[in-house]
Amino acid sequence: MTREQRLGRVFVELADTLVDDFDVIDLLHLLCERSVELLDADAAGLILADQRGRLQVMASTTEEARLLELFVLQNDEGPCLDCYTTGQQVANVNLDEFSHRWPRFQAAATAAGYASTHALPLRLRGQVIGTLGLFCSQRSTLSEDDLDLGQALCDIATVALLHERAIRSSELLAEQLQSALNSRIVIEQAKGVLAASADIALSAAFTLMRDHARRNHLRLSTIATDITNGTLTAADLE
Amino acid sequence: MASPRVRQILLEVLTDPPGHTSTAEQVLDRLCAALIGAIPIDGAGVALMTSAGHAGLLVASDAPAAALENLQQTLGEGPCLDASREGRPVLLPDLARTGSTWSPGFAASAADAGVAAIFAFPLQVGAIRLGVLDLYRRTTGALDSLELAEALDFASAATTILLDLQHGAPPGELHPLLAEVADGHREIHQATGMVSVQAAVGLTEALLLIRAHAYATERSLFDIAKDVVHRRLNFSSDGA
Repeated sequence: MTREQRLGRVFVELADTLVDDFDVIDLLHLLCERSVELLDADAAGLILADQRGRLQVMASTTEEARLLELFVLQNDEGPCLDCYTTGQQVANVNLDEFSHRWPRFQAAATAAGYASTHALPLRLRGQVIGTLGLFCSQRSTLSEDDLDLGQALCDIATVALLHERAIRSSELLAEQLQSALNSRIVIEQAKGVLAASADIALSAAFTLMRDHARRNHLRLSTIATDITNGTLTAADLE
Repeated sequence: MASPRVRQILLEVLTDPPGHTSTAEQVLDRLCAALIGAIPIDGAGVALMTSAGHAGLLVASDAPAAALENLQQTLGEGPCLDASREGRPVLLPDLARTGSTWSPGFAASAADAGVAAIFAFPLQVGAIRLGVLDLYRRTTGALDSLELAEALDFASAATTILLDLQHGAPPGELHPLLAEVADGHREIHQATGMVSVQAAVGLTEALLLIRAHAYATERSLFDIAKDVVHRRLNFSSDGA
């Protein structure tokens, strides 16, 4: 099979995984396995930042402790951490040249039998959500094409994760969006009511509302609602 | 909701070109462009909606698409508002024949803008309305079932993009793009509040008064609102 044929198969396989009730973890494992095959690596892991910004291993080609440890270590130092922090690829890292930059990581990776490593970002519109880390037992140099391919695999994973997240928290996010939109509208309407009833400028109306909110530890949108329904008047605010 | 096609669309519109970080606007532009390339329509737009109505245009692929949104906002009625309110697609393959559901000005003004058919799809999560995806065509004709399915998948992708934008915003606040769009309409809400005092009516009725004035004077809702806010126009019964 040529490389193009293998690549075509991988994308078909990935599309097949993306059925209605697909399992994100399954998809991430598949991505790790296929990226190892296509980019001639020996091991791969996919790490994502959790809510506290800690990098967690979500999937890897083996459960070998020595490999997992390499990812855990990268909460402190290593190419994956650099990739995650900068959002840039950190590719073609020959470990024997990097003892100075990442001493602990370099020692652990070398002890695990690896000579080279690569880290590719999972990123979307400037936001980095994790990285794909690849390890090679021989010295490895990826071409531009290889890197584009690896990045395409990462992009698929990113979109799958994003979609999953949007579905999982969609009600909450939709409510937040809707209520933030509504409260902006009510605040503008209340400014209009105050400006017309007290014959003041709109900016002065906003200052009145904001000061009243601060003095009484109330939310601006609560005060705005009271003004629009007439329970609170300009005189009450002064 | 989570069809593989939706993810494919997201991959297509969300993936940044090499060496470039897309803004939210660019992502929404790409969504419209991809949809126009996928099914036989001439233009598309995405607008924010609340239960109170139109909350601002997020993106429009061309002038007629923008005109369509502005028209519906001025009139306070139209297919995209119905789609959002009723939570279902509103399909008008022949606007000249079926557009009379809304005020007489709607179909005529849409035709003036070059619009012959409108297809509006709500962007919603359960009962929560976020916006609407509006498509138009210069010629009459229905979408077939595959094209309809494609449009629904694009609506689903657009909903995901809105939620993703909001995901990045602090609680209680709006993403800057959404805030900018909402703020672009602040004069309308300010004027509504002012007119409710001037005419001694509720907010809903105040907005109707401003709309009626806009319609009668053939100006946009936004222009009338600016006149009210800058005190060039007053709705007091004594006309002061």
